[in-house]
Amino acid sequence: MLSVQEIMETIRMVQQENLDIRTITMGISLRDCSHSDSRVMGTKIYDKITGLASHLVRTGEEIEREYGIPIVNKRISVTPISIIAESCETDDYVCFAEVLEKAAAEVGVNFIGGFSALVHKGFTKGDLKLLKAIPEALAGTERVCSSVNVATTKAGINMDAVYQMGKIIKEAAALTAREDGLACAKLVVFANVPEDNPFMAGAFHGIGEPECVINVGVSGPGVVKNAVEKAKDVDFGSLAETIKRTAFKVTRMGELVGRAASAKLGVPFGIVDLSLAPTPAVGDSVAAILEGMGLERCGTHGTTAALALLNDAVKKGGAMASSYVGGLSGAFIPVSEDAGMIRAVEEGALSLDKLEAMTCVCSVGLDMIAVPGDTSAETISAIIADEAAIGVVNQKTTAVRIIPAPGKKEGDYVEFGGLLGRAPVMAVNKYSSSAFVKRGGRIPAPIQSLRN
Amino acid sequence: MSEHILSKNDEPGNKVIITVLGQDKVGIIAGVSTILADNNVNILDISQTILQDIFTMVMVCDIRNCRVDLGTLKEKLEVKGREIGLQIQVQHEDVFKFMHRI
Repeated sequence: MLSVQEIMETIRMVQQENLDIRTITMGISLRDCSHSDSRVMGTKIYDKITGLASHLVRTGEEIEREYGIPIVNKRISVTPISIIAESCETDDYVCFAEVLEKAAAEVGVNFIGGFSALVHKGFTKGDLKLLKAIPEALAGTERVCSSVNVATTKAGINMDAVYQMGKIIKEAAALTAREDGLACAKLVVFANVPEDNPFMAGAFHGIGEPECVINVGVSGPGVVKNAVEKAKDVDFGSLAETIKRTAFKVTRMGELVGRAASAKLGVPFGIVDLSLAPTPAVGDSVAAILEGMGLERCGTHGTTAALALLNDAVKKGGAMASSYVGGLSGAFIPVSEDAGMIRAVEEGALSLDKLEAMTCVCSVGLDMIAVPGDTSAETISAIIADEAAIGVVNQKTTAVRIIPAPGKKEGDYVEFGGLLGRAPVMAVNKYSSSAFVKRGGRIPAPIQSLRN
Repeated sequence: MSEHILSKNDEPGNKVIITVLGQDKVGIIAGVSTILADNNVNILDISQTILQDIFTMVMVCDIRNCRVDLGTLKEKLEVKGREIGLQIQVQHEDVFKFMHRI
């Protein structure tokens, strides 16, 4: 029998500590939608998505009602469009982004991911066409998200792709200048991208995935923060133990919701992503957890160690709670979506360089970072290259979602609203990386890749 | 481990947990249980306590023969809650079992 204390603990987590399921993401394979005629292909894509996901939002709301746990987002990820569109006789892939947008609107999801390409070792014709279409596709749609994998531990870093992405990000920002470069908030550049990530903007349905699958992303920085604050005077071993126990409970909710959604929709359950995903809500902040451990401000010396402890304890607790763990599974440190991170930047405690160091010990990377509008494509490419190097050498996922905010300079703000939040514009290094980035070719895979 | 979620027919279980939070006053149990009786919901267990100065009542109920669906029952209780100035929540038992038991 459950005790009243246990029941009240669950209720407190939801009502006071912002425990929620961040997303139920339905992965849909579009591999059977290829066609030489772009209009036929568009119809096939639309019909497949609207067919499989027609009950997704309603089912999510049903689960929310039954269990009393908020499910903030219902989303869809699809097979990378570069692969599906490759055999199509069109050079303009923007039309496929429009199809995805229309399908997403029809079924009522707020984001659809998969306008993506995997180019870590080189480009196919379809990859190049997709990359070319990204700025216009993201500027012209509201819900479509794009991701490009430019590096893996096995392949090394495709520096041609890295340089191209720098230019694409600049172009996407320019096309959405009136909205502070919003298109860039829907574009992620990855190294070692996972194929089953439920979180946007980087979600796509990997080529090793089944026909259709349900993946779940939990949230809960607020719950962990409160637990950490209560464990004020304990040593690190006990602190890690507290976080583990909390992460276990949070993840159990993801497991429950994932299983329920999978059963109701008749779709296999893929994974629970253990990431701690902050929101702009007060208290729902990863920075606040780190500060709760005893740092005056997130970003000061000790922050990387604190984050490493947090990330590891969350994984250990979460791994016990779920039968299938996957996706990104680590603490997120997006600046614009975390009130504590924003404050740390405003007060000069947190710099771009410290954030880069923090990405060595957590997922995912430099996420939702606004930089001055006059930052060059070459500098952005070099920032991407640095992150990719961290991922490739450490055999982990890293990513860059950066917004060169048009017309803005250090100290200004970009405002996206909603879950994307607001971000202070951060300074970049003023020295050029241009000659380095322009060398071209591929940085070879590191020795760590030779594991066979 | 909850047998409901793992069951082959994937039917949700029949037990829900109703929690009532707020200031203690006359008629709370009467108000809530009238709605439950009207809808043919069987009360299996009730406990009440004061947690951090808040009156807390927890009811375990069987909704197998409930005349309305869970959403409607929830709505009715929430309306009642607003009427008497208390917060009333209805949640499926699995939430709690899943979080606190392996």
